[in-house]
Amino acid sequence: MSELIAFLEPDRAVIDRRPSIIADLAGLLPESCLITEERELVPFDTDAFVSYRRMPLAVVLPETTAQVAAVLKYCNDNAIPVIPRGAGTSLSGGAIPQEDAIVIGVSKLNRILEVDFPNRAAVVQAGVTNISISQAVEADGFFYAPDPSSQLACTIGGNIGMNSGGAHCLKYGVTTNNLLGVKMVMFDGSVVEIGGKALDAAGYDLLGLICGSEGQLGIVTEATVRLIAKPEGARPVLFGFDSSIAAGACVTDIIGSGIIPVAIEFMDKPAIEICEAFAQAGYPMDVEALLIVEVEGSDAEMDAMLARIIEIARKHGVKTIRESQSATEAALIWKGRKSAFGATGRIADYICMDGTVPLGQLSHVLEKTSEIIDRYGLRVANVFHAGDGNMHPLILFDANDPEESLKAEMAGNDILKLCVDAGGCLTGEHGVGIEKRDLMRHQYSDADLAQQMRVRAAFDPKWILNPSKVFPLEGRNGSQPGNQSAAGDDRTAA
Amino acid sequence: MSTTDIQYPQTEEEVARIVLEANEARRPIEVRGGGTRLDLGRPVQSASVLSVAKLSGITNYDPSELVMAARAGTPLAEIETALAANNQMLTFEPMDHRPLLGASGEPTIGGVFAGNVSGPRRISAGAARDNLLGVRFVNGSGEIVKSGGRVMKNVTGLDLVKLMAGSWGTLGVMSEVIFKVLPRPETAVTVVVSGLNDAQAAEAMAAALAMSVEVSGAAHLPESVISKFAGGSLKGGPATVLRLEGLTPSVEVRTGRLVAEMGRRGTVSVLEGDVSDGLWRDIRDVRPFADGTMKPVWKVSVAPSAGHQLVAALRLKTGVDAFYDWQGGLVWLRMEADPDADLVRQYIKVLGGGHATLVRADAATRISVPVFEPQPKPLEALARRIKDQFDPAGVLNPGRMTATM
Repeated sequence: MSELIAFLEPDRAVIDRRPSIIADLAGLLPESCLITEERELVPFDTDAFVSYRRMPLAVVLPETTAQVAAVLKYCNDNAIPVIPRGAGTSLSGGAIPQEDAIVIGVSKLNRILEVDFPNRAAVVQAGVTNISISQAVEADGFFYAPDPSSQLACTIGGNIGMNSGGAHCLKYGVTTNNLLGVKMVMFDGSVVEIGGKALDAAGYDLLGLICGSEGQLGIVTEATVRLIAKPEGARPVLFGFDSSIAAGACVTDIIGSGIIPVAIEFMDKPAIEICEAFAQAGYPMDVEALLIVEVEGSDAEMDAMLARIIEIARKHGVKTIRESQSATEAALIWKGRKSAFGATGRIADYICMDGTVPLGQLSHVLEKTSEIIDRYGLRVANVFHAGDGNMHPLILFDANDPEESLKAEMAGNDILKLCVDAGGCLTGEHGVGIEKRDLMRHQYSDADLAQQMRVRAAFDPKWILNPSKVFPLEGRNGSQPGNQSAAGDDRTAA
Repeated sequence: MSTTDIQYPQTEEEVARIVLEANEARRPIEVRGGGTRLDLGRPVQSASVLSVAKLSGITNYDPSELVMAARAGTPLAEIETALAANNQMLTFEPMDHRPLLGASGEPTIGGVFAGNVSGPRRISAGAARDNLLGVRFVNGSGEIVKSGGRVMKNVTGLDLVKLMAGSWGTLGVMSEVIFKVLPRPETAVTVVVSGLNDAQAAEAMAAALAMSVEVSGAAHLPESVISKFAGGSLKGGPATVLRLEGLTPSVEVRTGRLVAEMGRRGTVSVLEGDVSDGLWRDIRDVRPFADGTMKPVWKVSVAPSAGHQLVAALRLKTGVDAFYDWQGGLVWLRMEADPDADLVRQYIKVLGGGHATLVRADAATRISVPVFEPQPKPLEALARRIKDQFDPAGVLNPGRMTATM
C-alpha cells in the first residue's frame, strides 16, 4: 500500500552496525530485557495506528531507571534514534519505530511504588497501566481521573507522553492536570526529578511541557499522580434526538446552564447502529443522535442535577430519555460507548480522528464532516466527547483496497483542517505522532513551530528521541539525528 | 522608577518592534502589566520598561463555550465584570497581591498568568496554568509566536502555554491569553471546624478531601491569625475551614455529610453567603499578613501533610506566624525579622521536598536572598537552555527569577 506519510531516511551506517550495537546493549542490561530476534520484534513494529509499520533495530525492556539511563546515554553517544514505548496503544503512530532505532519499552517498569492517601498522591513506575492505579486505590475510596478508552492496556508513561484524556475529563481534566511529578531520564542518561507531592513545582513549568511531548524530551520512568475521592455514585442518562444539530445545541445549553456533568458523550446514527449491534446496550434505533450524560454524587444530588438536565433536553425536543435505574443498566449504557472502537473494528477498518473544536462549532463541523466523507465516497461514524468539543469521527474503509485507504487518510486530513479552521486544533488527546505531523503547518506558523523545535532541542540536542514524529520533516533547520548543531539559530529561517 | 523610560505599545506588532530593537541593542527591558507585582521577584536589572497596559480588551467571549480571550493588559477587574454579567468566573480565583505588597495599580490578566497566580480553589479546579488554553507572545528575538488555542483539550505540539505560565515575563511578552471560564456556583458554604491544632487540622482536611463531598477550598487558620479573617467574626479559637460549592440541593446534601463527619473532630458551624465569600477572599489575599510592613512573607508549597510539620519545626528556631491553604500544602509564613531562607528551605527538603517563594521582602533582601527556589543543577541547566531558546540575548526581565537569568 502506498504511504502518505514519510519517515526519516534510516541511517545506513547505524543499520550496518547492528551486530555490534546489539552486543553493546547486551552489556548494558540483562539478556531477558533485550529483544533482537526478528520474530520477537514484530509485535513492536507498529502501535494502534496500524497502517504504518517499521521493524526496529532492537527492543529493550529495562527493569530500572538506571538501565533506561544507560541505554539512552549509549544511544545519544552513538547517534542512534530511540523510540520510547508504553503499551503501544497510540492512535497517532507515536510509538511506531524506524529501521535504525532502538525501542525503549517501559512495560517491565510496572510497580506501584507508593500510595499516599493523606496527600492524595500515588507514585508509580511508567509502565503501570492506567486502570491499575484506580484499582489499587478503589477500596479506599479514591481513583485516578484520566480514563482513556484504552485504559486497560495503556501505561501511565504513554499517558504522560500524549497527555491522554478520556470520557471523564470534562470534570477532572486530562493527564497534565493530574500529574504532580516525574522522574525522567534525559538524552545523556542523566536523571532529573521534577515536582513531587506538592501541588506546584518550582521554576519554569517543565512538568507541563513534558506532558504531551510525545517522548521527544526524555523518558519518564516514574510519575507522581493525584488521587481524587471517588464519588458516591454515578448515573448516566441517555438522550435520543432527531438530529445531530439538536443534540449539539443541547450540549451547549447544558454547559452554559452552569451544570458541568462528569461526561457528555455523543454518538451519531452510524455509531449507534455499530455499537448496538455489538454491545446490545438497548440504544434507541429510531434516533439520529444520542447523548450519554453522566452525573455524579449522592442520589439526592444526582436527582437534582438530572432533573435540570432533562428539562434542558426537553427544550431541544429530546425524543428518548432513558435514566439508568441500576448499576447494571448504567454499565450497559457505557458498554456501548466504550466498545465503539472495537465494535467498529469488527465491521470495517477505520481511522479515528481527534480534532477538537470550540463548543459553538460542533454542529457546523459535524455537517461539514459528512460533506467531506460524501465527497470521498466513504462512511463515517461519529462518537466523541461533546462536552469539551473533542471529536472522534471514525472513518470506515477497506484496508485491502489501496485506493480507499488513501482516500480515508485524505478525508481524515481534510476533517482535521476543518477543525483547525473552525478555531480548534488537530488533536485533543491522541497526539500528533506521525499521523498529523504533516498538518502541523496548517495550525502553526513557521515561527510557532521553530520556537517549539528550539525548546525540543534544549532537551535533546541531537534529536535522537522519537525523531520522525510531531514536527514536519522538512524545515527542521538541520535538526536531525546525528546533527550536533540541532538547536541552531533558526531565527532567520523562521 | 519614575525616571525610567516606559513604552506602552498598543499592538502586538509594536511589542515585537520594541523587543527586536532591544534584542539588537542588547538592551534589557522590564516587562510589566499593571505593575501590582513588581515587588515580587528579584528587582529587574533594566533601565527601560515595556508595559502591556495599553494592549487591552476582551477579544473573544462566547459564554456558552466557557472560554474567553483577552489582550494581556486587560484589567482583571474588566474581565471579572464581564464574566459576572454572564454568571461565570475564573475558577482558579487569582490572588490580588496589592494588599500584601502594599502595591497600587490595576492587576492585568497577563500578569495573573505570567505569575501563575492561583487561589484557594487550586485544590479542586487547578492553578492558573491549568486554565490557560492558549497564548500569543513575542519572544526575546521579537518574533510573534502562538501556542495552544481556544479549545479545552489540545495536544498539538509542545505545550508552550504551560511554560509561559509562571515564567514572569522572562521567556516572552504575552500579548494575548485565552483561558477557560466556568459557571459561578449557585451556592457556596463554608463548614468551620473550631478548636483544632495544626496537626489535627491537617488530619481533618485530609479526611474531608477523602470524602466524596467535593471540597473546593480547605484552609486552616491558627489562633494567632484568626481575628484577621472575616472581619473578626470567627469565634472559638483556631478554625479549619472547608468550602462546598455547586447546585443548591447538592450543596445541602454534602454539607450535611461533612458536618456529620467533622462534628466528631471539633465544634462545627456553617457560614453562608457574603460571610463565606469574604472569608475565602481574605484567605486568597493573605489578609492577616497584609499589615503594611515589609516583614518577609514566604509562600511555601509542600505535600499537604508536611505543612504543619514545617511550621512546628520553624517555630523552635525563629519567630514565625503562619496559616495554611490547599489542604495544608500551601503555607503562608510571615517571619518576624530575618527571612531565614536557608532554614526554611532546608526544612522543606527534610520534610519531603517542595519549594518556597519569598513573596514579600524589601529590595535589598530580594537581591541577596533567592526569591524563587534555587533549582538542582541539572534542572537549572535545563532552565538556562530553555531561556536561551526564547530569549537568546537575555533582554526580557533579566534577573527577575534568578540572578543569572
